Amino acid sequence: METSVSSMHLPLQRTEPHGPVVPGLQIPELDQCVHCGLCLTQCPTYRVTRLETESPRGRIHLVRAAGEGRISTGERFAEHLNLCLMCRACETACPSGVKYGRIAEAAREVIGPPGSALSRAVARLAFTQLFPRLGRMRVLLRLLRFYQRSGLRAVARVLPRRLREMEALLPPVPARFFTPEAEVLPAIGTRRARVGLLNGCIMPLLFGDINAATVRVLRRNGCEVVIPKGQGCCGALNVHNGETTAAKAMAKRNIDAFLAAGVDAVIVNAAGCGATMKEYDHLLRGDPEYTEKAARFSALCRDASEFLADLGLTGPLGPVDMTVTYQDPCHLAHGQKVRAQPRQLLAAIPGLTLIEMEASDRCCGSAGIYNVTHPEMSRTLLDEKMTSIGRTGAEAVVAPNPGCMLQLRYGAQRAKAGTAVYHLMDLLDQAYQAAEDDAGRARA
Amino acid sequence: MKVMDRRTLVARLREVVGAPHVLTRPEDLVVYEQDAFLVAHASPDIVVLPGAAAEVGTVIALARAAGVPVIARGAGTGLNGGSIPVAGGLMLVLTRMNRILEIDARSRLAVVEPGVVNIDLSAASARDGLFYAPDPGSQGVSTIGGNVGNNAGGPHCLAYGVTGNHVLGMEVVLSSGEIMTVGSPAVDAPGYDLAGLLVGSEGTLGVITRITVRLLRQAEAVRTLLAVFETIDDASQTVSEVIAAGIVPTAMEMIDAVVMRAVEAAIHAGYPADAGAVLLIEVEGHVQALPGLMERIAAVAKRHRPRVLRQANSARERELLWKGRKEGAGALGRLAPSYYLHDGVVPRTKLPEVMAKVAAIARTHGLVIGNLFHAGDGNLHPTILFDPRQPGMLARVVQAGEEILRACVAAGGSITGEHGVGIEKREYMRWLFTEADLQAMRRVKDAFDPTGLLNPGKLLPDVMSSGAQADVKSPAFSVRPRAGLWS
Ligand SMILES: Cc1cc2nc3c(=O)[nH]c(=O)nc-3n(C[C@H](O)[C@H](O)[C@H](O)COP(=O)(O)OP(=O)(O)OC[C@H]3O[C@@H](n4cnc5c(N)ncnc54)[C@H](O)[C@@H]3O)c2cc1C
Ligand code: SF4
Ligand code: SF4
Repeated sequence: METSVSSMHLPLQRTEPHGPVVPGLQIPELDQCVHCGLCLTQCPTYRVTRLETESPRGRIHLVRAAGEGRISTGERFAEHLNLCLMCRACETACPSGVKYGRIAEAAREVIGPPGSALSRAVARLAFTQLFPRLGRMRVLLRLLRFYQRSGLRAVARVLPRRLREMEALLPPVPARFFTPEAEVLPAIGTRRARVGLLNGCIMPLLFGDINAATVRVLRRNGCEVVIPKGQGCCGALNVHNGETTAAKAMAKRNIDAFLAAGVDAVIVNAAGCGATMKEYDHLLRGDPEYTEKAARFSALCRDASEFLADLGLTGPLGPVDMTVTYQDPCHLAHGQKVRAQPRQLLAAIPGLTLIEMEASDRCCGSAGIYNVTHPEMSRTLLDEKMTSIGRTGAEAVVAPNPGCMLQLRYGAQRAKAGTAVYHLMDLLDQAYQAAEDDAGRARA
Repeated sequence: MKVMDRRTLVARLREVVGAPHVLTRPEDLVVYEQDAFLVAHASPDIVVLPGAAAEVGTVIALARAAGVPVIARGAGTGLNGGSIPVAGGLMLVLTRMNRILEIDARSRLAVVEPGVVNIDLSAASARDGLFYAPDPGSQGVSTIGGNVGNNAGGPHCLAYGVTGNHVLGMEVVLSSGEIMTVGSPAVDAPGYDLAGLLVGSEGTLGVITRITVRLLRQAEAVRTLLAVFETIDDASQTVSEVIAAGIVPTAMEMIDAVVMRAVEAAIHAGYPADAGAVLLIEVEGHVQALPGLMERIAAVAKRHRPRVLRQANSARERELLWKGRKEGAGALGRLAPSYYLHDGVVPRTKLPEVMAKVAAIARTHGLVIGNLFHAGDGNLHPTILFDPRQPGMLARVVQAGEEILRACVAAGGSITGEHGVGIEKREYMRWLFTEADLQAMRRVKDAFDPTGLLNPGKLLPDVMSSGAQADVKSPAFSVRPRAGLWS
């Protein structure tokens, strides 16, 4: 028998709901997706797998179906959502303005952190006990530094392959952590702004020199820099891994600390943190006490490159003779739509040549803890990235985000390429330093 | 005949293509229940992602032995529901077969697997100063196989012709599982034009596993004009008169006020959000010839009170304007949770008249209709914006859509310009063809696919039961119940 389905009946053959609807997944952002597929080829995981389930449109469809109770939110659903890098390239590609990040975050809130039961437990522990308490983080990193210097590292060779690879991802812990000499550091020259700086969780420990460089560059540009003591980790990893309760507490702490500091802008030199902080207003929606404060705070947040390019660089820049290529960090290009400003700043450095690579805004596979949870996909993307970088012939790659820097250093090591990896603030600082040295020599 | 049970079929499929490429769990299948046609869904029972033609052959033979329908799918950007498995069955997703096998710059042709993304072919041939001409709005994602399946068009097909004009030959797997070659690089091959038959066959005659296409030499120069009008009518008149004057631009696209609002929000291409309509007109050729040609076009436009005539000043500006046009459909999600994008053709002289009718239909039904389309070809895409959760809404939308297509046919046009028939328009085929015409087509289908397992429920309307009058009013889509696949 044939049923004619006229205009009065929908030609639906959807699988029947077999489970309860999941209200946490029935979010309005889903409605904006019109299933056009224009995002598919911009998605790194679709490019590798060519599977609809590993594409933005597919993941949105999965969330919709799970919300309707048509598929389970169990292991398989979680696998598809967790293979997503949260790079948000799909948001850039989507003409319909779908906020994919919010859809994925809602899904991760339902499924919890990725990985095996053990790694989930470890991740939970880290998200709730480590990132919110930076004192503990310092202790842990000190232990790691001791381990790396003690010769114990040789022992790592006997570890199982998976652990050995994770061990290789660990960067050397620098001898000194970043500790600002005061909470408020004066501007050099005429004061143009009073800005707050996010010190971050990992940044002062693993990339202390970059925070120091950022402070110097800001001060040289007439900024009085406040590094409020009350601040903490931004909570990005918590948000991305479905640990919103801890994330909210961390957000409130930063909002309080920076609003009390009375700054014109909150400067962030880690793209992932910036993207999260610019969305505190969304994270804390529905919290009456913080709705307004969070909106005010988010409006103040600026990536260091965004802020400096808009302010306009001042002071003499000396030459940095180097050819570089620029990697757009996902959470800067896609998450914050900041693309032109870092390039403007690079162009301002005398002696420096920028050679663009192919698909500079495609994820390098770092993606927070992704390189640990999904080493295979991560390495596939990294190797592709290193090939693109290699093709430019540049001596160095600039990637203003700590996660990308770690990943690209690991990539350079894997590819046995001598490519150096810099933060943009590093190079600006070098340029200012070069000018100062020149001036010093001229005086001498 | 004892049909193979599902477990055996799945086990055999895994042997053929490898376990990771056979999907059977609901959390893997559900995403294949829909393409870019927003008003229908049906889930496949099994999804297979083959890696080579030989695998496709074996999979199809197995499916036939099991009595299971086979539905080919590329990127799933089709707008007629062509890849929706209305009768369930096995879906062959060809996205893994995405190698460009050969680019022969001297003979100006390329040999590709069906899953190659349209734009990747143009990018690869650009090194030799060549390009692949058919450029559907979905070219950044849609596959050459899917383009052939629907005989896709695109803005520049006004001058270059649609997909079918660029396909030289194909390797195709028949419903028996045999592999066959059709067409040849020769201009006039002897025998039946089977390649011509397979283009636009929407996966109902065979599954294409390799395609030889023509490449063109990039033009020496290109100029792009943005002409802004206060009304759709002024823009439509301009299109009719440009064509009547014997000018053939490479592209002549229209975007109306509704769509422009969404496009501008998405792309920031510099479209005037408050104008009635814009035309995007492009000409290509020798550097010296272009200014004169542009002047002639501008002279026609000026007779219709243009607000602005602006040429793109840089490659970047041109690219942005095109991005706005091509991704326009996707941008409509900003205006409403769903849309029904229609695809009709009218003689270009009738454009102003039919556009007025479309507007009248929108008013009668109290619907918002946006327009972005290949005006130079007379290929309309009236797009009805709606919220499917509003009670009774879908009925109104379908009704209005039918009236629009009827207006196209009444004006001497057709029910599809480039998106194909799929499940969407198979009943409307009766408006254009007599039962005898349709019977002839069914015999072609039977010759290729005697068991009727290749993409069932698409393209052709079912045989009318004796005595029944062609009720062309109500049955818009039809879906078979999925009884007894493996019972
Ligand atoms: C934003 C947007 C803009 C668009 N713009 C245009 C446009 O300008 N012009 C235009 O013509 N279309 C346009 N389309 C429609 C669509 O993109 C085209 O029809 C395209 O050709 C579909 O390709 P696909 O790879 O997505 O194929 P699918 O949608 O997966 O399949 C299309 C049909 O081809 C069949 N098929 C797929 N692969 C094979 C194969 N290997 N062998 C046999 N049959 C096969 C399928 O069964 C199906 O019937 C647009 C769509 C969107 C979403
Ligand atoms: S966030 Fe990145 S990986 Fe995830 S769906 Fe979007 S494009 Fe793909
Ligand atoms: S997310 Fe955007 S681009 Fe992707 S399918 Fe949905 S509407 Fe289209």
